[in-house]
Amino acid sequence: MSRKRKIRIVVAKPGLDSHDRGAKVIARAFRDAGMEVIYTGLWQTPEQIAETALQEDADVVALSILSGAHMTLFPKITELLKKKGLNEILVLGGGVIPEEDIPALKKVGIAEVFGPDTHTGKIIEFIKENTRKK
Amino acid sequence: MFDQKRLGEIQKKEKHWKEETLPGWIQNHPERRSDFHTSSNIHIKRLYTPEDIKTVDYVNDLGFPGEYPFTRGLHATMYRGRLWTMRQFSGYGTAQQTNKRFKYLLKEGETGLSIAFDYPTILGLDSDHPMSLGEVGKCGVAVSSLQDMEVLFNGIPLDKVTTSMTINGPATMLLAMYVAIGDMQRVPRKKLGGTTQNDMLKEFHAQKLCIFPPEPSVKLVTDIVEYCTKHLPRWNPISISGYHIREAGSNAVQELAFTLADGIAYVESAIERGLKVDEFAPRLSFFFAAHNNFLEEIAKFRAARRLWAEIMKERFKAKNPRSLWMRMHIQTSGCTLTATQPINNVIRVAFQSLAAVLGGTQSLHTNSFDEALALPSEDAVRVALRTQQIIAHESGVTDTIDPFAGSYCIETLTDEMEERAIKYIDKIDSLGGVISGIEKGFFQKEIADSAYKYQKNVENKERTLVGINEYTVKKDWVPIKLLRIKHQAEKEQIDALQKLKKKRNDKKVKQVLSRLHKAAEHDENLMPTIVQAVKSYATLGEICDVLRNVFGEYKEQITI
Repeated sequence: MSRKRKIRIVVAKPGLDSHDRGAKVIARAFRDAGMEVIYTGLWQTPEQIAETALQEDADVVALSILSGAHMTLFPKITELLKKKGLNEILVLGGGVIPEEDIPALKKVGIAEVFGPDTHTGKIIEFIKENTRKK
Repeated sequence: MFDQKRLGEIQKKEKHWKEETLPGWIQNHPERRSDFHTSSNIHIKRLYTPEDIKTVDYVNDLGFPGEYPFTRGLHATMYRGRLWTMRQFSGYGTAQQTNKRFKYLLKEGETGLSIAFDYPTILGLDSDHPMSLGEVGKCGVAVSSLQDMEVLFNGIPLDKVTTSMTINGPATMLLAMYVAIGDMQRVPRKKLGGTTQNDMLKEFHAQKLCIFPPEPSVKLVTDIVEYCTKHLPRWNPISISGYHIREAGSNAVQELAFTLADGIAYVESAIERGLKVDEFAPRLSFFFAAHNNFLEEIAKFRAARRLWAEIMKERFKAKNPRSLWMRMHIQTSGCTLTATQPINNVIRVAFQSLAAVLGGTQSLHTNSFDEALALPSEDAVRVALRTQQIIAHESGVTDTIDPFAGSYCIETLTDEMEERAIKYIDKIDSLGGVISGIEKGFFQKEIADSAYKYQKNVENKERTLVGINEYTVKKDWVPIKLLRIKHQAEKEQIDALQKLKKKRNDKKVKQVLSRLHKAAEHDENLMPTIVQAVKSYATLGEICDVLRNVFGEYKEQITI
């Protein structure tokens, strides 16, 4: 299927964590790669993020947490997205996330987790690959 | 520094070298890159010679340690006398768990405490606030009331340690709690030693842990400066911080310039409050990052000390020599640590901390090698502390003062750092000062631009990161067990808080909070009332809510 519109991606910072360097860098990289980027800013509740994804008609939600709260907040967000009927959205996680947590996060619907040191090109590639399929 | 005749001979020899020796060699051995430069885009020359520092005037520009302009160090004997304070930033889970970590670090030879608070505490929210869900005790210790602080300092006499608290928005409340613990331990207030970070301006630039808008934030900062000047003579009311600016992505020059610009803004605010510069300036302290470029970092610390002394002397006409001192704490750079091949981080931390010591720091935190993966484990923290001890006792760099002084390269870079920082400070002045710059989004944009540039440079391999874009491995190895913060901590903390709310005297809490409300409306110094409030066991969230009502709340300016 050929895509007529640009990929729309919500970059979000859930919880209280204020480390936004990664989120901002990735947001610019997505924009430079031709995507439509909506950056939420800090301190978003899971409800706010799900609502933004709905309002913005997002294809992708990219979540960044460096505070260690991912095991609480990521599952809440994927649950709320499903509740809103947004089953098709590609949800990605990033930040300081220990490898041993990744299987559990994938189980609740996080498509992939990109840790520190990830090349932005790799994430862009993953997004293009996995939104094309739909 | 050199006489004209000798310089002439050196120039002649250099010309010969450039024309005779160099071309043939380069032809057969091309250089690795066409241009070498630092993080701040300072061009690095192939070779520095006396020619580069011919305008450096030893007496005026370098001087002697313990004397103006302090390029060579703040103290007359530097580390030959006393080593720097080894202060490891730590805190996680409940107050009880962190109290245990503090005692471990003190037993292992740490010489000062440094508290990391969790996000709810930093943002002035109680552990049972809905936004605190999942964050309690995760990035630091949870402190919602004086009760938690009592547990945190159980068995730690405040007249024997100094404590640094990384706290900004609610710094007044945490300092009030520390004062209250001191009172309980019957330690005279004039003996309480330590630091509150209390630097809100860099929060707006970089760290973004803000509760109130910029102006009331600076008012609270100044309340602490005034209170400490009058009651806590051994307390550093502010740690003017470049660290977070750097970690958010700035380069070394921006870190230096923005930090000093913030320092200028605090001095102006305290003077406006009616304090005399020589009353409070001696207690101002600074906090910088030690990043990867060894030479640039050493130059940055030396330039920082000299430039601050000049600013205090020329701009603020300070007379007390101590007002000219830039006392600094340095932390190695968290953002340079890699999650892959994490043991390599031990080496990065060692070089960074060596730069901090060669730069003449008063206090140092070394990061743990597992920090790109989780909060540091006990084993990794010990290696970090040992790194400092090895530099202190085995490397020999502590036996003489400022050993890199006079290096053609280091002195050139020191001058260059200073000149570039001055240009930025002039620009900030022309924007109408720091608060105006914040409102215009100047700092955030500068930092985000640098962060993006850094990432691009790594990705296009202009900058080599070992283990990341070169020298990668297929199978990684993490030699230690990572620290896990159990969810149990959040539950225990919330239970304790709710029990406290049942047993305290609510009437007393209400009275003191209403007094605080009035004091805030009348623009009084809020410290004395906040001390009373914490002593009545009003919670951090309750006290902040009173101030939110009066001051309003910070709204993030979103720039990417």
